[in-house]
Amino acid sequence: MLHLHTLWFIVIAILWVGFFVLEGFDFGVGMLQMLVGRTEPERELVVSTIGPWWDGNEVWLIVAAAGMFAAFPLWYATMFSALYLAFLAVLVALMARGVALEFTTKSDDPAWRRRWRWALMGGSLLIPLLIGIGLGDLLHGLPVNSQHDYSGGLADLVTGYGLWTGTTLVALCLLHGITFIKLRTIGATRAGAQSLARAVGWSAIALVVGFVIWTRTLNGPDVPEPVQILALIAVVAAARLALTDHDGWAFAASGVAIAAVVGSLFIELYPNVMVSSTSGAFSLTVSNAASGGYALKVMTIVTAILFPVVLLYQGWSFHVFRERLTGSPSRPEPGPASAASSVSEA
Amino acid sequence: MNVDLARAQFALTSIYHFLFVPVSIGLAFLVALLHTAWYRTEKPEYERLTRFFGTLLLINVAVGVVTGLVQEFEFGMNWSAYSRFVGDVFGAPLAMEGLAAFFLESTFLGLWLFGWGRLPKRIHLACIWLVSIGTLLSAMFILAANSWMQHPVGYALNSHGQPELNNVLALFTNPTFLWGYVHVVFASLVTGSLVMLAVSAWYLKQQREVAIFSNAARLSVLVLLPAIVLQMFVGNQLGLIETKYQPMKIAAAEAQWKSCQPCSFSAFQIGGGKNDHTPTQLIEIPHLLSILATGSWNGAVEGLEPLQQEYERKYGPGEYVPNVFIQYWSMRVMAYLASVILLFALWGVWLVHKGSLARSKWFVRLGVWAVVTPFLMNTAGWLLTENGRQPWIVQGLMKTANANSPSVTQTDIWISLSVFVVVFLFLGAMDLVLMLRYARKGIGDQEPGDAGAAAVPAMSY
Repeated sequence: MLHLHTLWFIVIAILWVGFFVLEGFDFGVGMLQMLVGRTEPERELVVSTIGPWWDGNEVWLIVAAAGMFAAFPLWYATMFSALYLAFLAVLVALMARGVALEFTTKSDDPAWRRRWRWALMGGSLLIPLLIGIGLGDLLHGLPVNSQHDYSGGLADLVTGYGLWTGTTLVALCLLHGITFIKLRTIGATRAGAQSLARAVGWSAIALVVGFVIWTRTLNGPDVPEPVQILALIAVVAAARLALTDHDGWAFAASGVAIAAVVGSLFIELYPNVMVSSTSGAFSLTVSNAASGGYALKVMTIVTAILFPVVLLYQGWSFHVFRERLTGSPSRPEPGPASAASSVSEA
Repeated sequence: MNVDLARAQFALTSIYHFLFVPVSIGLAFLVALLHTAWYRTEKPEYERLTRFFGTLLLINVAVGVVTGLVQEFEFGMNWSAYSRFVGDVFGAPLAMEGLAAFFLESTFLGLWLFGWGRLPKRIHLACIWLVSIGTLLSAMFILAANSWMQHPVGYALNSHGQPELNNVLALFTNPTFLWGYVHVVFASLVTGSLVMLAVSAWYLKQQREVAIFSNAARLSVLVLLPAIVLQMFVGNQLGLIETKYQPMKIAAAEAQWKSCQPCSFSAFQIGGGKNDHTPTQLIEIPHLLSILATGSWNGAVEGLEPLQQEYERKYGPGEYVPNVFIQYWSMRVMAYLASVILLFALWGVWLVHKGSLARSKWFVRLGVWAVVTPFLMNTAGWLLTENGRQPWIVQGLMKTANANSPSVTQTDIWISLSVFVVVFLFLGAMDLVLMLRYARKGIGDQEPGDAGAAAVPAMSY
């Protein structure tokens, strides 16, 4: 029978995968806004493609962290204190990005807008990069002592494998952002996104190939797991489809590519949750890092009830705003709706 | 000392976070009321008010959410020993908060903001109510977690001496939680209505949009009065609970070093610092402390000195008295300001009754400035609660001094503390500038150009 701590490892993995699949295109849009949109109204349009959702997507990260705290307190404690400065930077990036998304359009001052656009871009780049480094480090191993405390310095956090993983995730977010913008817009904006697809697509393919090879050499045996083959197929498909008019399929493919790469990290990790490079005996595992049986049982029941409901209404919100957007800044909005669009540019 | 720095950081980030939280909870509820009024009456002024205060809510939520992220990460970053020790119990309400509240709040806020003219009216209205429910649920779970630190229940110690959850319902029937949660909800309503009143009063003072903002001012006053009355009652009940489970907290709040029966309440005192056992207490009101702390005319209140001896017998040598100065004055800031706001709210309701609120020069003038008080009361309330628990991080189970992250260096904490100070000052300034600019800009007369790229649906895919 499936042990509860294994089930919770799967739940945590799903939360991280969900975070990258959903927030991944938000990061992509944030990084690409100034490249796809040349003028300020175009940029505003590009960012408005994620308007209704980015906040809900970000919650996946919060729940992933809180879920780790509840189900694997030792994992949460060691990982977050080990990656202290990295998470500090993630927090600053999250703050800059979140506030930029709300504040940019609240003033017409060009300098104000330019600064917040840069904040959005920087934040959207840093978050997947740093979290990618962190997730890669879990598998690569960090100096963790017998007390499950981190014993390394700042430099030990920047492992080659972590860096590669982070860069791969950034490239995949870019690709995911391109397919998302294509899906949500028409005309020049859509074409602008597509014009970046070739370069981004090839980079993503190269990085994912490297990621699979590196993961294999790190963790052995040499034969790729099915999920890694899926990642390779999906990234190639996404890169190719991004050049066509099959916008829906391209977006699905880039989503699968991200899911497969993040999912593969967790599959490789199991049954460890955090590898100690000091000694294998000090590694945190699903069993030695988990909460007690009762707490896990309670969390399982609560999640089984709430999570499907969350998926339903989040899915519904994607359905409600399914239309493509087009910019027509010169067109005055009728009546009170002018207030609406300034409100709605959130 | 690392633990002191980590404490300073937690105090800073959580106090800062809680400047925004009650505004979000309170305003979300009030905006939902305005939206309901519009739905019912179809009067355009209610739509304009809904949109106007909806935007203020949004600017505020943005900062509330990002500062909340800091809290979520901070337990693991700065308090890894604590997280390891209590994760089994404390983590559950946090995870439930994310699942039950954050998803609800954020998804339906997006739906509400972008749903104007796109969702059926009834469903659109339901969205803002779900946002409001989300904010209330979020506070519920986090208060359940915090109350467990004040008065741990529903657990048993395992073979390693660590608490393991064995009754999740106990977390939510914890008396500290029940009264504490309601206390926070009313604090949020007081805050939200005073924010709405301040903005409305500002317009009334300028004689701008008088008809519309008289409505908003009336609504805020009518919410404020019951909220502050119930708040004072609930605060008193919470005090009784705390006297029972955390006698140090209340004894320190009254600088009551010796046991007393009956006990008088001092309105002010001079001195009363950490080692000043004989402060000069002014304006003593007989029996009042007995009533406040025990609910009876002649109730006995145990003093700090006997409590200290009792704790030493129970937990071994150590300092068990929290900082008395902070306790004494945070209690008074809270209670005195609440009394002032109660009088102010009574005055407001009387003016509403006479139909002359908008014309009362002094009420309107004070209404703008009254907005400062809820933030002082909220901060004082948390100082009282959290400082009063010291030296414990979990009452009776773990001391704060043993709870921080062993692997995090002093330099690390200095860096993060400085970064947070800079970022928070910057965020606060931006938030204030935007809120003020937006509030002053006027209601419903935004330029079409301000809307920027009016994103309109083109076609379905």
